[in-house]
Amino acid sequence: MNASGSPVPVERGPVEVLLSIQKVEKQFAGRPVLCGISLDVASGEFLTILGESGSGKTTLLRLIAGFEHLDSGEIRMAGERLDQIPAHRREVNTVFQSYAIFPHLSVFENVAYGLRAKSVARAEIPPRVTQALAMVKMSEFSQSAPSRLSGGQQQRVALARALVNRPRVLLLDEPLSALDANLRRQMQVELKSLQREVGITFIFVTHDQEEAMALSDRVALLRAGRLEQVAEPREIYGQPATAYAAQFIGQTNLLRAEVRDGIANAGPMAWPSAGPSGAATFSLRPEAIRLSSAPQGARPAGGTAHFHGRVQNQTFGGAMDLVEIDCGNSHILRARIPSPGPLVGQQEFEFAASDAVRVREGGGS
Amino acid sequence: MYSRAYKSAVTIPPLLWVTVFLLIPYAILFCYSFWTVAPLQVIVHNWNLHNYAQLFRNSLYLTVLLRSIRIAGAVTLLALLLGYPLAYYLSFHAAKRKDLLYQLVIIPLWASYLVRGYAWKTILGSDGVLNGFLQYLHITHRPVEFFLYSPFAVILTLTHIYTPFTFLPIYASLEHVPRNLVEASHDLGASPFSTFVRVILPLSLPGILAGATFAFVLTLGDFLAPLLVGGPSGIMISNIVVSLFGAAYNWPLGAAISLCMLLLVVSLLFATERLEKRFTI
Repeated sequence: MNASGSPVPVERGPVEVLLSIQKVEKQFAGRPVLCGISLDVASGEFLTILGESGSGKTTLLRLIAGFEHLDSGEIRMAGERLDQIPAHRREVNTVFQSYAIFPHLSVFENVAYGLRAKSVARAEIPPRVTQALAMVKMSEFSQSAPSRLSGGQQQRVALARALVNRPRVLLLDEPLSALDANLRRQMQVELKSLQREVGITFIFVTHDQEEAMALSDRVALLRAGRLEQVAEPREIYGQPATAYAAQFIGQTNLLRAEVRDGIANAGPMAWPSAGPSGAATFSLRPEAIRLSSAPQGARPAGGTAHFHGRVQNQTFGGAMDLVEIDCGNSHILRARIPSPGPLVGQQEFEFAASDAVRVREGGGS
Repeated sequence: MYSRAYKSAVTIPPLLWVTVFLLIPYAILFCYSFWTVAPLQVIVHNWNLHNYAQLFRNSLYLTVLLRSIRIAGAVTLLALLLGYPLAYYLSFHAAKRKDLLYQLVIIPLWASYLVRGYAWKTILGSDGVLNGFLQYLHITHRPVEFFLYSPFAVILTLTHIYTPFTFLPIYASLEHVPRNLVEASHDLGASPFSTFVRVILPLSLPGILAGATFAFVLTLGDFLAPLLVGGPSGIMISNIVVSLFGAAYNWPLGAAISLCMLLLVVSLLFATERLEKRFTI
C-alpha cells in the first residue's frame, strides 16, 4: 500500500502461519455448532470459509473477531493466544454482512473511528482516512451521511473503515451477499486486487461456492460444524475429498462402484482404479464426459472408460451443452459437452479414468 | 386511492374532537384572559391586558413559576439519572430477566396517582416510616420536619411517579440501537465505555429527549403532588391556577397564567421535536 496507489507486489516467501485455530468447539444452548475445528491460516493468504447456512461459518468468524467465546480449543495469532483477548484489543477487523456503518457519523468519521479509538496521533488521521477512502474509490463521499449511500457504497466504506486500521487479519462476513449480481462480480475483482495490494490476510465467509473459487487462495469447506476439506480451489474441485465436497463445489456425478482387482465397476461402465477393493463412491465432473469415437464395448482399456446411454435431455448452453444420459437402471449421468450438435438416442461416451475421483461418503457428519 | 367518503369518515371525527375539546376551550380561555373580575365577583367583558401585566408585576407568580421550572428541571434530571441506567441495563444486559424487570417498571403505572402520593405522605411524615426508621437507628432524635411539605418532597414524589415515563422512550430507543454497531465499535478497537459514549449514547439521544420532555412537561403542570406533599413552600404554578379558578374566583387571571404555561410547553415541545428530528437517523 502506498500513496500513489500503484500496487506493491506481495512477496510470497516461505509460508508463515499467522492464525492458528486448534480444536475449537462451540455450542449454543447445548447444540454443537463447531466440533473440533483446526485450521492454520498463512500470512497474506486469502482464505474462504465456505458452507451452507447453519454450517457454523459465521460463528467461526465471530470467534476470531472476539464476539463469541469458545467452549474449548484455542486460537493463536503469531503464536500468542488470541481467544482470551477482548474484541477491542485484537488486531483483527471485520467487514460485517450488513456493513454496520455508524449512521450518526459521516463517511470520514466512520473510517476515522478505529484510529480515534486507538488514539492514533491527531495529525495522522486525515491522511490515513483519505488514503483508505481513495483505495476503495470513495474519496468524493468523505463528508456524506451514510444514509445517502447505496449498498455498494456502504460496502466500500465498511472495507475502508476496517483496512485503515491495518489489521493483521481482515474478516469478511458474506460482504457481497446483499449486492446485485453485476456489482457483486465487480466487487469480487476489486476485493481480490485490494487484498493483493495491501497484503493483509483475508478470511472470507460465504455460502457461494463460485465466489469462493474465484477469490480464494484456499477454501475451507465447512459442513455442520466440521471441516470437510481445506484445499486450493483447483484441488478441491479436481480432487474433492468427500462426496459432499464434490457436490457442493460445482456439479458432479456420483458413481457408486464396486472396486475389485484394480477395476471399478459401476453398472454399465468400468475403469481402472488403484484404490483398495470394496464399495466406493467416485465423483465424475460433467465436463469429464465426452462423446466417444472408439468402437462399441465398455472396456477399461488405456485408462479410458467407455459406456453407452440414451440421451434423455439436451439443454443448449452456448459453449457447452448440458446432456442428461440415461445409462439404464435409473443411472442418469449429466455431461457438459462442447457444441455437440443435436444428439438423439443411444450414444457412445467416454471419460478418462483419472477423472473419476474416489471420494469419502458421509464426510463430516 | 381512497374514496372521498372514506377520507371524510376517517378525518372528520378526529377533527371534530380536536375542535370541540381543544380549540374551542382554548379560544374561550384566550378570551377570558383579556377580561376582568368586577366587584361582586362578576366577570366583565372589557378587553384589557391587565391580567398579563399582573403576571409580571406580582412577584408571587414569577417566584412560583421559577420554582415550578426548577422542580421540573430537578425531576427531569433525576428521572434521567434513574431511568437511563435502568433502561440501559434492561436493553443490553438483563437477558432473561428483561421481561420481568420491564413489568416491574410498568406495574406502578397501574396504581392510582393518589395512592402513590399518599404513600409518600406516609413515608415522609413526621411520624412516618422514614422518620421512625431514622429514630430507631438513633441517627436522629426527633422527627425531621423537612421531609414532608417541602420542595424536596415534591421532587421525590414526582420523580417516583414520572421516572417510568422517562424510562419508556429511552428503553425504546436503546432497543433500536443495532447490536452490530456495538460489535463494529468493539471490532474497531473502542472499549465498552468508549462504545457507550460514541455509539450508544448518541443513538439514544432521541429517547433521552423524549423522556426528558415527558418528565419536564408533566411535572411542570402537576398540581396534585404539591397539594399532597408540597406544603406552602412546595406550591407550584398549577396550584395557583387551580385556586384562581376555584376559591379565589379569578378566572381571567387563571386563564392568563394557563395560556402562558401553554405557550411555554408548546414552544418546549416544538424545540425538542426539532432536536429529536436532528438526532434521529
